[in-house]
Amino acid sequence: MSETDIGDTGMTHAGQAGITPSQTVGPYFNIGLTPGDRYGFTALVGDDLVTEDTVGDVIRIEGRVIDGDGVPVPDAMVEIWQADGSGRYSGGAGVPPPNTTFKGFGRAECDLDGRYGFRTVKPGRVPGPEGKEQAPHVNVGVFARGILRRMFTRIYFAGESANNDDPILALVPAERRGTLIAQHDGTVDGMPRYVFDVRLQGEDETVFFEA
Amino acid sequence: MTTAYPRDSLKAHPPYLAPAYVSTRTRSPKRPLVILPHTLSELSGPVYGHDSVLENDSDLTKQHVGEPLGERIIVSGRVMDEDGRPISDTLIEIWQANAAGRYIHVVDQHPAPLDPNFTGAGRCVTDAEGRYKFTTIRPGAYPWLNHPNAWRPNHIHFSLFGPSFLTRLVTQMYFPGDPLIPLDPIACAVPEKDRERLIAKFDLETTVPEWALGYRFDFVLRGREHTPFEEPHDE
Repeated sequence: MSETDIGDTGMTHAGQAGITPSQTVGPYFNIGLTPGDRYGFTALVGDDLVTEDTVGDVIRIEGRVIDGDGVPVPDAMVEIWQADGSGRYSGGAGVPPPNTTFKGFGRAECDLDGRYGFRTVKPGRVPGPEGKEQAPHVNVGVFARGILRRMFTRIYFAGESANNDDPILALVPAERRGTLIAQHDGTVDGMPRYVFDVRLQGEDETVFFEA
Repeated sequence: MTTAYPRDSLKAHPPYLAPAYVSTRTRSPKRPLVILPHTLSELSGPVYGHDSVLENDSDLTKQHVGEPLGERIIVSGRVMDEDGRPISDTLIEIWQANAAGRYIHVVDQHPAPLDPNFTGAGRCVTDAEGRYKFTTIRPGAYPWLNHPNAWRPNHIHFSLFGPSFLTRLVTQMYFPGDPLIPLDPIACAVPEKDRERLIAKFDLETTVPEWALGYRFDFVLRGREHTPFEEPHDE
């Protein structure tokens, strides 16, 4: 095959083919994505985002994934993507923010009670649309058997005055905004604990985004 | 609203609710999704480069003392965006059942044998041209409980990142000519005209004589529009 041949996708020229459709992660994703120490295959991504030189206040984010019957989802995976404490995203050009190895990405599988958790830092504010700043938030992807396409949401933090003029929260109907706000609830090992439940469906369904 | 990636492309994805796939019924949102502008939060994304991945991570037949049973295959292809630009240095992770249709996962109790020489997990990073290659064995079909006599077609699970949090994709690759595909509510949740892009092509060119069958499978991730995203337009 030549370098210019783009293969067997059926494309006649660039842009003719659509994107590759999504499929569920199914019930067995942990073999490849969150293996822990169970399979002799090492995890590349975990649920602890804090490195020695990470800038920011260390926090714990915990919650449950709950389905439309109110039943915890024991086979979901939660991924997070966030800026560090001073509002710097890693990645982009492939380099971490200056002077830190903070990656900003985490992955956790739910336990049998549908619980997930991350050790991370509280993110700083990042640029938003039209020159406005966004309130501190964590970007979230939820995957599971029965979820054909990543469900996409955000975690904001209770008690942040910046929430009041966040340009994204402003797009969410006021009565549903609460589903995006993690509540401060005590501490875990000295870290402030923020609780964020993901309700896939139902009365208090979490706000999900189409991006 | 500020949009860097065309949203129209998302029509290729299955809907959240596909009633024939029973577990979507309680795991799909019922409220309207909120349309999100593309900000730095969506346009940035994690990078896991060549330093994260070991050479043997992409050869699932060499992770144990002995060789796994089954039909040895080489799955290779390219990762591109929808404008045909290669996506280099991006992480691909895979997992799959063994040749007997059994996952090593503790929840999988399908009465087919585990293979002590097969874990079924692998990963690699694309090269400068967006190319990737895995050596593995062809996974078997297996039954599931979605409906009476339900069987999943042979498939390999793929997880890809691409350049941003928005290009993240998890999908499944199927094999050509598999009679189970049209009966599978997961594959069939994808719009019919887009479903074909989930099926690999047998490829004699990448077939290694007296060693392994070659299959080609290319990925197309969302691509950024050429117009600068700073330029707002109404939708």
